[in-house]
Amino acid sequence: MLVLVSYDVSTIDPKGPGRLRRMAKLCQNWGQRVQNSVFECLVDPAQWTALRAKLLDCIDPEHDSLRFYFLGANWQRRVEHAGAKKPIDQEGNLIV
Amino acid sequence: MKQHLNTLFVTTQGAYLAKDGEAVAVRVDSETKLRFPAHTLDGVICFGQVSMSPALMAHLAEKDVCVSFLSESGRFLARVQGPTHGNVLLRRRQYRAADDPATSADIARMTLAGKLHNCRAALRRSARDHPDRPEAEKLSIAADALGHQLKRLPMTNGLEGLRGLEGEAAAGYFGAFAAMLLRGEPELGFTGRNRRPPLDPVNCLLSFLYTLLVHDVRSALESVGLDPQVGFLHRDRPGRPSLALDLMEEFRPVLADRLALTLLNRGMLDPKDFRTAVSGAVSLTDKARKTVITAWQERKRNEVEHPFLREKMAAGLLPFAQALLLARFLRGDLDAYPPYLWR
Repeated sequence: MLVLVSYDVSTIDPKGPGRLRRMAKLCQNWGQRVQNSVFECLVDPAQWTALRAKLLDCIDPEHDSLRFYFLGANWQRRVEHAGAKKPIDQEGNLIV
Repeated sequence: MKQHLNTLFVTTQGAYLAKDGEAVAVRVDSETKLRFPAHTLDGVICFGQVSMSPALMAHLAEKDVCVSFLSESGRFLARVQGPTHGNVLLRRRQYRAADDPATSADIARMTLAGKLHNCRAALRRSARDHPDRPEAEKLSIAADALGHQLKRLPMTNGLEGLRGLEGEAAAGYFGAFAAMLLRGEPELGFTGRNRRPPLDPVNCLLSFLYTLLVHDVRSALESVGLDPQVGFLHRDRPGRPSLALDLMEEFRPVLADRLALTLLNRGMLDPKDFRTAVSGAVSLTDKARKTVITAWQERKRNEVEHPFLREKMAAGLLPFAQALLLARFLRGDLDAYPPYLWR
């Protein structure tokens, strides 16, 4: 299934930049960066449970916000892209 | 059930694959061309001058991602394997079965039954699709001969006898293979199977697809914990994935041969897509290789129903399903190994 993860990490908070970096790393390990703080993660339910726990562990609920959008297995019909930086289709052909 | 995951093909010469967090980064001229999380991958296939960092090799081995290195023309060179894992008890059963001539012959007979049945289905399908072509009769005759050999299979004892029957069947099948080629361009004709190196475009395409197939079958065997090097029909030889070659027999006509015919008959490949070296060896051009890989990946995503498991799955998972059934037979959970029979 495809899960869209987006976050807002407060950088006014002195510990903010560290959290922001950690979040980005975590998301890049599991998914593809489609916009600055928006990631598409292709995971199965077990992997999602693990990833979700790690993400929730990372943020400071007082200052940051984290949102998940569940796009399911038939996500191809639900996503449309316009403009620059077209992301790669993670289930498509991967030939470099 | 396992999910059908993606395979990363790297064909850019001079590319370097490195571990970037838990993702695979493909760099060309120190620019990152692609960054891809490893958990959605099932295999990585590198063609020609492609290198990989040891850290990534270890990471992929740990995640059960099968890494193969092929020459630029698609000849298998090496693969990366981590520490031996999987069930020892299952592997011991496999070795015992391989040491026992009767059990070996039983398994070999079933994989051959799958192969003969699927070859016959391929010939019949072509005959049915184009009944008005003069070659249709030739196809029917070859299909009937395979049917006859299929009937002789249960009576054939011993591995030597089975190998003889296989040779006979393969000769008949490849003898009729040319009749399934519809376009009739003289450059894309087929007179017989040859390899190492392939001497004509059709053989080149078949060899390339078989290499891709053996990669997938091998990783399927590894993922159920079987040793791909200890085979039943194919005997042990250092470096040869004998069991993968055994299990592959039933998939050759379904996954590889059929795709080769589609590519050639639909004109997706033409004589310009092949290069002939001075030695007479024929290879695919870079562009054509991408066409073939794309078609191969799409073929693997097609949904099929497994005739024995009665479950819908991506065609790319068929080798895995068969490896699972073979493991079940070796464990004694099934009375016989059921080959994949194409309909």
